Amino acid sequence: MGSEAGSMMARGRKRNTSGSLVRFVRGARLAVPVVVGYVPIGLAYGVIARHSGLSPAEATLMSVLVFAGSAQFIACGLVSSGATAVGVVSTTLLVNLRHMLFSMSLLSRLRHLSRPVLAVLSFGITDETFGVAVGRFPADEPADWREVAGLNFVSYAAWVASSFVGAALGSTVGDGARLGIDFALPAMFICLLVMQVSSRVALLVAVVAGALAVAVAATPLRAWATVVATIVAASVGAALDRHRAERRDGHPGGPAERRGS
Amino acid sequence: MSVRAAIIAMVVGMFAVTYLSRAVPLLALSRKQMPAWLRTWLSYVAVAVLASLAAPSVLVADGKLALHSGNVYLMASVPTLIVAARTRSLLLSVVVGMLCVMILRALGIGAGAGC
Repeated sequence: MGSEAGSMMARGRKRNTSGSLVRFVRGARLAVPVVVGYVPIGLAYGVIARHSGLSPAEATLMSVLVFAGSAQFIACGLVSSGATAVGVVSTTLLVNLRHMLFSMSLLSRLRHLSRPVLAVLSFGITDETFGVAVGRFPADEPADWREVAGLNFVSYAAWVASSFVGAALGSTVGDGARLGIDFALPAMFICLLVMQVSSRVALLVAVVAGALAVAVAATPLRAWATVVATIVAASVGAALDRHRAERRDGHPGGPAERRGS
Repeated sequence: MSVRAAIIAMVVGMFAVTYLSRAVPLLALSRKQMPAWLRTWLSYVAVAVLASLAAPSVLVADGKLALHSGNVYLMASVPTLIVAARTRSLLLSVVVGMLCVMILRALGIGAGAGC
């Protein structure tokens, strides 16, 4: 702020070109609940990575390059049980396929951006940053890339830093569970979900997805839970939408809707 | 600080498959006109993803369905849901949720479980 004091006048005149930092900080503030959730999980990851035989540098490197909590935990388990690199990489692919859905779903907010910017921003797509992005940036409106960058970068920095601290210490720091910190991310997902339920069809999609995810999570196929539940439930929603639109437009194939024009 | 070549190879492989699954859809489809059905379908992806992340996190414990009062997450999700619906504030929902879990654990409910 201080270094920009001289350009206060100019800033008033050209609102859109100045204030990159302001935009970035606005995005960074959206990351607060993500950071609260990431710190204890990152610490736990660092500790577990050490126990599964990774050095602090190796554990941190994985957070720097992969930035995907569940895949990193699974990789630790596989490494300590002596799995091959090919096994770890293919499991990672399976667990992280859901990112393709996130990436596609962010298109309506990010498609106006250049390819290099998209290439950088897409590195920061996680369950959590995706959830906040769809909750905070309206669909079908071009999002400001600096705000998305602020959200993604601060979340990433929190993940890498807490992984490093956990790996460097190699033992659990305090008892976060007593403070309920482990519930930060489930609570965040609950709120983000509530914000997305904007119609009856959306509510039905949520119920179908939730039920399916729970059903699959209780089987050995749990790595597929998010992907399967999302694909099926979104298809149900899209089919219902189309059915309703057809009835409204007076197409044959369904009973006439009374309140339709 | 030891870093073994085999671990680097594994981590780089993990990076490659994860990054590609994040970047390819955005980069490949950003300049294409999407058909209407795909746009409708994608409009339901966000709500479906969030439900499929939220539901197992509160309804499943230790790989099993846990619909009982000993499930701290399930109990705490009720006030969290109410606060979320009333305020639509992420931070307030997170704080209320954490407080509920803290209080429930202090009361000795779900001791040792819930994670």
